[in-house]
Amino acid sequence: MNTIFSINGPVVKVRDTKDFSMLEMVYVGEKRLIGEVIGISSEETTIQVYESTTGLKPGEPVEGSGMPMSATLGPGILTNIFDGIERPLKKLEELSGAFIAEGANVPALDTSKRFEVTVTVEVGDRLEGGQIFATCPETPVIEHRSMVPPNVCGEVVWTAKNGWYRITDKIAELKTDDGKTVTLTLAQKWPIKKSRPFKERLPISMPLVTGQRVIDTIAPIAKGGTAAVPGGFGTGKTMTQHQLAKWCDADIIVYIGCGERGNEMTQVLEEFSELVDPRTGKSLTDRTVLIANTSNMPVAAREASIYTGITLAEYYRDMGYHIAIMADSTSRWAEALREISGRLEEMPAEEGFPAYLPSRISEFYERAGYVETLSGKEGSVSIIGAVSPQGSDFSEPVTQNTKRFVRCFWALDKSLAYARHYPAINWNDSYSEYIDDLADYYGEKVSPDFLAYRQRIANILHEENKLMEIVKLIGSDVLPEDQKLVIEIARVVRVGFLQQNAYHKDDTYVPLEKQFNMMGIILELYDRCAEAVSRGVTVSAVTATGLFEKVIKMKYDIPNDKPQLFKDLAEEISKQVSVLETEVI
Amino acid sequence: MNLQYVGLNEINGPLVVLDGVEGASFDEVVDIRLDDGSARLGRVVEISGNKAVLQVFEGTNGLSLKNTRTRFMGKPMEMPLSPEILGRVFNGAGRPVDGLGDIYAEKTADINGKPLNPVSRSYPRNYIHTGISSVDALMTLIRGQKLPIFSGSGLSHNKLAVQIVRQAEIAEESGQEFAVVFAAMGVKNDVADYFRRSFEESGVLQRVAMFLNLSNDPIIERILTPRCALTAAEYLAFEKNMHILVILTDMTSYAEAVREFSSSKGEIPGRKGFPGYLYSDLASLYERAGVIKGSEGSVTQIPILTMPNDDITHPVPDLTGYITEGQIVLDRGLDQSGIYPPISVLPSLSRLMKDGIGEGYTRSDHSDVSNQLFACYAKVMDARALASVIGEDELSELDKAYIEFGKKFEKYFVSQRPDENRSIDETLDLGWNLLSLLPKSALDRVNEKVLNEKYNPNTAELFE
Repeated sequence: MNTIFSINGPVVKVRDTKDFSMLEMVYVGEKRLIGEVIGISSEETTIQVYESTTGLKPGEPVEGSGMPMSATLGPGILTNIFDGIERPLKKLEELSGAFIAEGANVPALDTSKRFEVTVTVEVGDRLEGGQIFATCPETPVIEHRSMVPPNVCGEVVWTAKNGWYRITDKIAELKTDDGKTVTLTLAQKWPIKKSRPFKERLPISMPLVTGQRVIDTIAPIAKGGTAAVPGGFGTGKTMTQHQLAKWCDADIIVYIGCGERGNEMTQVLEEFSELVDPRTGKSLTDRTVLIANTSNMPVAAREASIYTGITLAEYYRDMGYHIAIMADSTSRWAEALREISGRLEEMPAEEGFPAYLPSRISEFYERAGYVETLSGKEGSVSIIGAVSPQGSDFSEPVTQNTKRFVRCFWALDKSLAYARHYPAINWNDSYSEYIDDLADYYGEKVSPDFLAYRQRIANILHEENKLMEIVKLIGSDVLPEDQKLVIEIARVVRVGFLQQNAYHKDDTYVPLEKQFNMMGIILELYDRCAEAVSRGVTVSAVTATGLFEKVIKMKYDIPNDKPQLFKDLAEEISKQVSVLETEVI
Repeated sequence: MNLQYVGLNEINGPLVVLDGVEGASFDEVVDIRLDDGSARLGRVVEISGNKAVLQVFEGTNGLSLKNTRTRFMGKPMEMPLSPEILGRVFNGAGRPVDGLGDIYAEKTADINGKPLNPVSRSYPRNYIHTGISSVDALMTLIRGQKLPIFSGSGLSHNKLAVQIVRQAEIAEESGQEFAVVFAAMGVKNDVADYFRRSFEESGVLQRVAMFLNLSNDPIIERILTPRCALTAAEYLAFEKNMHILVILTDMTSYAEAVREFSSSKGEIPGRKGFPGYLYSDLASLYERAGVIKGSEGSVTQIPILTMPNDDITHPVPDLTGYITEGQIVLDRGLDQSGIYPPISVLPSLSRLMKDGIGEGYTRSDHSDVSNQLFACYAKVMDARALASVIGEDELSELDKAYIEFGKKFEKYFVSQRPDENRSIDETLDLGWNLLSLLPKSALDRVNEKVLNEKYNPNTAELFE
């Protein structure tokens, strides 16, 4: 029997053994704490423990499980909230009360719950890995499609009848090519650090519509894409993630609370169960799974939480769904890597982070993508990772390395947040490399003018940015009229378009069509005013009409389902500006 | 286990190494007796085979390799608890030091606590009235929140904390009892005494449990101080159904103690020499605030920290800000211009306020006022920056109005007397009156209806 030799925080060492393999899951001590083998040398095996090691003694047993750290995949994942190693927190509560005790071994999924299973294969069918053999309604909105594990294939020799089954019940039996019999159940296991296979990657072509104007219009993310949201504390990272989780048009949301506040997870739990998904009319929780490793939970499980989350996402992707992962925050994950690395006395690279930080970050983001699954369906995993830079300094290693591996960057800005401009995404520092990939979609589904409008809006903001340099030095009074107009219009863009009120019933989610119309009105206002100004109307006369305020308020005044009102507004602009022009003449 | 180990094998700063130990467990408490009869407490921080590394809380002064007897207690650091801890004074390690004898314990609890299951938490929503305009209107304190005060040396954070304690109507309607747990870490004796006197004057001293680790007390003990205090707070809140306000001062000294301990263990330092796990370590304290489903009580934390060199990007305020639910930032400039409380409004924030204000909590127009005040005050800063370049005379009319608004806002809204307790109606109406100094069109965060109702064009004479 192998026994503990040394203990240092979450790192435990075992001496003189050859029984363990790399990344194997192990049970540590009398309490059977869950751990993972992270280093093996001829003398000692190093294990990181996913729970508090308080009370552990040298000499207590360490037992291997014979398999890598794995996630259990099957119906019952959705609507659930798990800790970093996929233990259901509600079950833990029943077991140990409000405070989490160590060594609680509970199955990830409820083994007593029955699902109404429809078997979709017949005896004699040949099944490849990843093919669907049974379906069941997991929640009112998501059909769970049980798949043959990716590494198994063979001929169906037996199937169960349609009916109510538990995840441990036998649904079908396969006879593999080498004559072995494999039992298929609704659940399967998959190692969390290994990405699940798919047939091929498909080119990215669809946006992940979020209903947030600054994102959809200025820096859109694609389905299967990756985005980073860096920002100091109080800039609204979590708010942004919550908004996306609520409104983006993914089928399923995996929300990973990695080293963040406990109350935030509670908030997601409470809020999502009250909110109704506009597309399905059902509760948002029906399409959501939460992974919570709050900042006071064990640090090693924080590292695992990211992998657990993405494994669950890939599993649903393989069924042909579009998944969006919110990882809040990847910096805490990187810090967990640093902490473990420090305990292992590895040579640190930048700021104490291990040298393998960039490769870990890239491995994680590379698991996103738009793919054709093994069963021939299309599915995607999009990753939106929050980054919490130390001291709000974007040059620190986690932000910099993340920037290299994501194609969408939403930089949150402290000064915008201070002025309570939310979402505080800085339009000058943020970018998206997906614009070109998505051009066709915007052109066909929204309007051929969408990208041209977007470009003009971006130009106005850019122009303002340049002018503000001057204004900061000499004040705005000395600018020529046409430049004053740019500053006024840019204010309309910032306050009326980019700023969005998450607590307003219409403004919290804005469909692409309305976003387009809003840009149209702003540009209409700009063009008409520019014309008037060139004919000698002063900017102060134009602003005195109150048109600018009216356009700013259109996000509240024009409901999402009444696009015809934009026409009226355009006419009003035209009329009022014409009046001004006649006055000058 | 009553085996005693005579002598030590190595002493290094606050750490001692003991060889030949059998059956020691990680994180357990040790009792070290010196030959002169005095006792010290320690904790196992690393075990390797039969070698144990111990951290001595009271410091290693006077320890030698042969004058000690060490006993392993077989359990992690625990603290005796009973409702009698209220009104008592403890040292940083949770031992009574007021000469009134030991606590007759109803139970003992591990001071490290256990992580609270997010499923068991109840999202905090109840607003705590503090009577301080800037806090109530702009960074509302919510029961169960952790809202730190970011301050600097010489600023009036203590005065502000005392005012909050005195005026906080924490237990109003619900009839639960209210109590304060006060933990001093590395603060001067005068400061601890100031708090004690203030509690006495406001008549709450019998409802305060004080944990004192003053600046001349052993540094390693400082690591225990907040843990003891929070264990007491959790016990009173979740088992005795009280509303507890925890004041932790000064978190910077605490973090420095963690750094000192870390470096003596030879760990790899992160930013400014603080260990890489400082975030997790601070989180294990701050996260012990909240409300649990099925319990009537709550733990609300007001940690106070002094930002070294007033630098908000220093690791301690930085990491704190990432964990806590907002912050109240004090500003030296305001303090120097005689404004109390010198709350710097823009970087201050309460993350929980959005769900604890408005209809049914404070007043339906609360979020309108606060958003608009923030937005306008941000413009004031822009106008001031511009004025410092081109002079106030050259500013546009609107910018001049902002400058005027800024002055009045600081003078009448932010500033108030230390004993002034403003009602929420007073505060919000004051906000509207100040906003009305600006042209109506500049108020773009408020919806039209509310604005028409609240905009008061004859406001100027109110602030002469």
